Amino acid sequence: MLDAVYSEPKPKVIAGATGDWELVIGLEVHAQVASKAKLFSGASTKFGAEPNSNVAFVDAAMPGMLPVINEFCVEQAVRTGLGLKAQINLKSAFDRKNYFYPDLPQGYQISQLYEPIVGEGEVIVNMEPGVARLVRIERIHIEQDAGKSIHDMDPNMSFVDLNRTGVALMEIVSRPDIRGPEEAAAYVVKLRQILRYLGTCDGNMQNGSMRADVNVSVCRPGDYERYQATQDFGELGTRCEIKNMNSMRFIQLAIDHEARRQIAILEDGGTIDQETRLYDADKNETRSMRSKEEAHDYRYFPCPDLLPLEIEQDWVDDIAASLPELPDAKKARFIADFGLSEYDASVLTADVASAAYFEDVAQGRDGKLAANWVINELFGRLKKEDHDITQSPMSAKQLGGIVELISSGDISGKIAKDLFEMVYTDGGDPAALVEKHGMKQVTDTGAIEAAVDAVIADNPAQVEKAKANPKLAGWFVGQVMKATGGKANPKAVNEIIASKLGL
Amino acid sequence: MSIDTKTAAHVAKLARIRVEEKDLPALANEFNTILGFIEQLNEVDVEGVEPMVSVTPMRLKRRVDEVTDGNQQAKVLANAPDAREGFFAVPKVVE
Repeated sequence: MLDAVYSEPKPKVIAGATGDWELVIGLEVHAQVASKAKLFSGASTKFGAEPNSNVAFVDAAMPGMLPVINEFCVEQAVRTGLGLKAQINLKSAFDRKNYFYPDLPQGYQISQLYEPIVGEGEVIVNMEPGVARLVRIERIHIEQDAGKSIHDMDPNMSFVDLNRTGVALMEIVSRPDIRGPEEAAAYVVKLRQILRYLGTCDGNMQNGSMRADVNVSVCRPGDYERYQATQDFGELGTRCEIKNMNSMRFIQLAIDHEARRQIAILEDGGTIDQETRLYDADKNETRSMRSKEEAHDYRYFPCPDLLPLEIEQDWVDDIAASLPELPDAKKARFIADFGLSEYDASVLTADVASAAYFEDVAQGRDGKLAANWVINELFGRLKKEDHDITQSPMSAKQLGGIVELISSGDISGKIAKDLFEMVYTDGGDPAALVEKHGMKQVTDTGAIEAAVDAVIADNPAQVEKAKANPKLAGWFVGQVMKATGGKANPKAVNEIIASKLGL
Repeated sequence: MSIDTKTAAHVAKLARIRVEEKDLPALANEFNTILGFIEQLNEVDVEGVEPMVSVTPMRLKRRVDEVTDGNQQAKVLANAPDAREGFFAVPKVVE
């Protein structure tokens, strides 16, 4: 269940000529398992190899070749299921989905229609602090990926590469619980984050390791609530499926466009045909994949080459025991243990490496201060150079050192920024650098007093003004900081100026 | 259930098998004979009986996640009617 601290986001509403419309969205996300070898063969899964070099005879569907399942792939599907708090089915089975396409040499895809390995689970999709949608997962099944067809290398021919053929996919099917384009993208982001934490899929959408089919329908306000109460799909509109989306931006554009297309048809008195559509990013439109329509008769039947997949509860328990701390738990812990805001905790737990880095910086130090320095200074600096956290030239130990020097009052915030830049660019131990360059904050009141006296003696006119208007004391603070090279403790400077000016 | 010639033509098309118009009635008839046999099997009461998937009680054989195959582009392409630059070349398929 969704934690009581979250409220649900408002569904996206599109105003039509005949009234308001709402969107209902469900996603099928295909995630490639991060395995070395394919699901049913010993060929490599490596992306970007020479065409048809990562192909075993099983993948090429040579006569007489039989599939043998890769146990690691099964384990990753179970791990993913556990990460989505889902039911694990100790017995599942493989079916053949029959269709003809040049990049599918078998003439069928081995999938799991009737008995998937993972049943119902859930994902909490965070929209903004305090607002989240609980999306139910219907099932996850294991299946083979298809090969790749290239259409632009020759005017008359399509070129087929079977390197991807037979790579293990996890198809993660959601319930129609998503209510807008932004939510759909946020769902994919959250799913990708969980898969990366689990290490079951690299989540690289550009290389196609993660793709989404998006089901979209529209309904009138109130219809969806009736569906949720009864689980009767009759309350909802007819859906269309947009195939193979591989970017968060396109997912949102395609959903928005598709919803508006359906609304226009319905408001014209037409009806929606349930069909498969393709999103054309260049034209920002979806169009029907008519060729897929007849082929939709997949004539599924149990795969006679594979016995049912039976796994043992002990094995599942072992996998469960080895699960890492997942994003929601880590975020909650960061909020509780380090006193972070939900926003900061979300940013820091976006990926495992960032979270680990922050924890090293924050351990035994001021958590909020550490979060500020990691998010504002380090992330900002890394972004400027298009680096990610794993490419940071500054170690967590070094940044921790800077945070410590600030907390102890050894350096001022301003000096800390200079020190940060020094360590980021040239490296070195922050404490040693502070000693070497004399960057320590002056807390010696005698020295500050002397500096204040000098500024007061040099500026009698300003003294008169400040006495009349105490707000002008800030000018003296600035002068003293300048005179001490920014090293004077600002709090001490303020106090001494106030007392010297008699404010 | 009875298969008419239209259904027979549809099934043939899905299986990418060319069947001449004149052969469709005989094909439909064959389907009906097969389905009739299945109907006969349906008369057996199998209530509560697990479907049998194997004659001997066997566990699905597993493989470890190691790359043991591949790097045989020439062999993979050897039977292809047309192959270019390491790819299978097929008549253009465009969505």
